[in-house]
Amino acid sequence: MGEALGLARSYVLLAATWVRAAAQYPLSMAMLTIGSFVVTCLDAAAIVVIFVHTETLGGFSLPEVMFLYGTAGVSFALADMLFGNVDKLGQHVRAGTFDTMLIRPVSPFVQMAVDRFAFQRVGRVLQAAIVLAVALARLHVPWQRAWMIPVMVLCGIVLFTAMWTLGGALQFLLTEAPEIANAFTYGGGQLTQYPLSVYGGELVRAVTFIVPLAFVNWQPALYVLDRPDPFGLPYWLRFAGPVAAVTLACAAGWAWRAGLRRYRSTGS
Amino acid sequence: MFGFRRHAVYRAAAFAGAFTNTIFGVLRAYVLIALWHARPGLAGYDVADAVTFCFLTQAFIGPMQVFGGSLDLAARVRTGDVALDLLRPASLQLWTMADDLGRAAYLVIVRSVPPMLIGAALFGVRTPAHAAGWAVFLTSTALGVVVSFGLRYLLAMATCWIVDDRGLQQMSLVMTTFFSGMMLPLILLPGWFGTLTRALPWAAMVQVPADVYLGKTDVLEALAFQATWAAVLLAAGALVTRSARRKVVIQGG
Repeated sequence: MGEALGLARSYVLLAATWVRAAAQYPLSMAMLTIGSFVVTCLDAAAIVVIFVHTETLGGFSLPEVMFLYGTAGVSFALADMLFGNVDKLGQHVRAGTFDTMLIRPVSPFVQMAVDRFAFQRVGRVLQAAIVLAVALARLHVPWQRAWMIPVMVLCGIVLFTAMWTLGGALQFLLTEAPEIANAFTYGGGQLTQYPLSVYGGELVRAVTFIVPLAFVNWQPALYVLDRPDPFGLPYWLRFAGPVAAVTLACAAGWAWRAGLRRYRSTGS
Repeated sequence: MFGFRRHAVYRAAAFAGAFTNTIFGVLRAYVLIALWHARPGLAGYDVADAVTFCFLTQAFIGPMQVFGGSLDLAARVRTGDVALDLLRPASLQLWTMADDLGRAAYLVIVRSVPPMLIGAALFGVRTPAHAAGWAVFLTSTALGVVVSFGLRYLLAMATCWIVDDRGLQQMSLVMTTFFSGMMLPLILLPGWFGTLTRALPWAAMVQVPADVYLGKTDVLEALAFQATWAAVLLAAGALVTRSARRKVVIQGG
């Protein structure tokens, strides 16, 4: 516990430093924050445009899709803001700056995660939270099922963070190809914006049982919205989010440590 | 040619990019298929057109830098290296453009062809009916790359005035992903807003070449539209370069 607090403390200290550094360019910082807000608004606008042309998408109405978008969006944006920079590992290894991190008395994972901490990404969190609020206002979820919402957002953060960590760990092996990891992290963000019922059956089984992205919002949302599973998967999967999150987090932690042990400096 | 070879060194990165583009293409294709199943024939596209459009957008990401990827020039302006570039006996703008076109030509091969092929294998895509169709499409794509360069060049030169270019980069990303048709086909946007987006330079990067490919538009009109924007942006770039030259002198290099 004390160790975890120590890690959190160094994280906060380093994050504050980066925020102060970014604030030296106030115009740029303001544009970045607004930009991050607007870019995701356009994302949501794309969904609204789709619903201008149709009543339902994959059997789900606009507020339901907004609920899926909002829950996944909050998880994704928070995970990205707090830990997304882990996927810059390849750059640091190539530039030799990762060696510098290893000799500092702070966990290299914390240093990686907080490196160039981008406070402006809070714009995206805010936008997703607004979409979620609007969706909830129109859905009238009974409180007996609403308890699942904070649980799923939390599990989503853990799942996305684990994806980023895995993506980072992968770069101990593939220093040259950081974009592979993007396919799973940003791809996961894209995937979870829409009801999985629009995707093909094999893809949905893959993101349920192999890369457990279905537990970010799809399975728990079926419970919250009280909908039958269009793919006929078992009912208990709706509550399996925390199990999936812990499993993937353990796998990610193991992969990160294994990568770190295997790491040899480029020596330049 | 130099640009082509310089970027050809980063083979793994390009293949990784192609892989990511393909995954996103598949995800977006499913969404568009769901929409066109609900509304067959929407906006004059059928399902096959929509799927083809989707993979075309992914194919354009690399060569046109749809995500607003900056030119190396922006970093050179920040570090002051640009002073050296301005001394060279070649126009800064043309020199950068040659490098960027070489990059685009390389990326067409490694980042555009694979997503299209996989899209064709998974969902089936449309292809232009005859050789002339391909020729027109390639011309349109080349013009799209020039428009994209024109915009990114202006962006890079803006660094001369505001030094930290990350905010601008972000805004450019917003404009480009949405107004190029990357996120959704611009034909889906309703009313005057749709008309406006189809008249802006970003449309020349994705929507117009895709429509040329699908044979949904008058070819001459489309090419003229792209060429006009390319000329306007390059002229603006030339003007900015001239005033930047004075600006650098004032800063003392």
